[in-house]
Amino acid sequence: MVTTVERPVLVVVPALNEADCIRAVVGEIRTALPAADVLVVDDGSTDATAARARAAGALVASLPYNLGVGGAIRLGYRYAAARDYHAVVQIDADGQHDPRYAHALLDRLDAGADLVIGARFAGEGDYAVAGPRRWAMVVLGTVLSWLSGTRLTDVTSGMRAASRPLVEVFAVQYPVEYLGDTVETLAMAARRGFRVRQVPVAMRTRAGGRPSQRPLRACLYLVRVLLAVLLALIRR
Amino acid sequence: MRLVLLTASTGLAILTGLTELLRRRRLREKYAALWLVTAAFVVALSLYPSGPDLVAGLLGVRSGISLVLFLSVVFLLSICMHLTWEASRLDDKTRILSEEIALIRLERETGDQSTSPLPSGPVVLVPSPDGRHGHDG
Repeated sequence: MVTTVERPVLVVVPALNEADCIRAVVGEIRTALPAADVLVVDDGSTDATAARARAAGALVASLPYNLGVGGAIRLGYRYAAARDYHAVVQIDADGQHDPRYAHALLDRLDAGADLVIGARFAGEGDYAVAGPRRWAMVVLGTVLSWLSGTRLTDVTSGMRAASRPLVEVFAVQYPVEYLGDTVETLAMAARRGFRVRQVPVAMRTRAGGRPSQRPLRACLYLVRVLLAVLLALIRR
Repeated sequence: MRLVLLTASTGLAILTGLTELLRRRRLREKYAALWLVTAAFVVALSLYPSGPDLVAGLLGVRSGISLVLFLSVVFLLSICMHLTWEASRLDDKTRILSEEIALIRLERETGDQSTSPLPSGPVVLVPSPDGRHGHDG
């Protein structure tokens, strides 16, 4: 397993029908992290996402059908584990994450953490939510902060970095259910004694619009959050 | 007597259907035993509808009908649980297959198998933090 070029970091970008912005996102990542490899996991897109990502210089793994964000990310971790990457950074394909913050995440890993969350409410950025969605986040934050022994304010953030030992765990066990990829992974990591930390990141407005604020949708989200937390707590 | 005719014909129809499915290999062997035993029970029950009353008396259940209903609900619930378990397992298997396909596609594109091959061994089926599923057996 000797590689001639040192490739310590893999950036995993789960993408579903993001042909409009995937090129810009990959370009930004490559500018921000020139030494890192970018793996776009095309989660069964029906548009030109894969081709454009490849044209932008990313590695592209195309799933034959849609597996959901969790499934796409697990594939990224499997790839990273097999190819001896030292760290994995997850960045969303819709352009809401600013790849320049990836350095902050990686620095925090080096400073002694296994899972670093790029948190939207930790001082930077102007992202705000209200209503049941807000309560859901409070519940999540409280339970997971307690589990991980550190204050976490934005556990559903999809911008993360994981250390090599955790990459190996995630490569074989990555929850693929709804919210499992964010909530349950945190609980898993914390329970196995990995150090979970967060760093503040600014989020940009998503190209596809903000999360729905409609009351019914938000309540359903709250219910699903509670279910995800319950599952995370009872599962080993 | 008409009651026995009704139940017996139903029981025999179910038995015939099951036998046919098994004969055509539409059902896996592991289910064959289960369904054959079930079919035998259904036929026995249809031939002797008063049979459960005797057993019910022994168990302290007031009527045979209640006992039959209770047992069938328990039976159906366990079948449902088994099937959801099976469906989750199959979901995990197809998931792993599709991951493999994506990795093979990527490997073929980049064409650099020689530098660092992905492990070609069997994948450990661990669908969730629930480690008990462990290796697929």
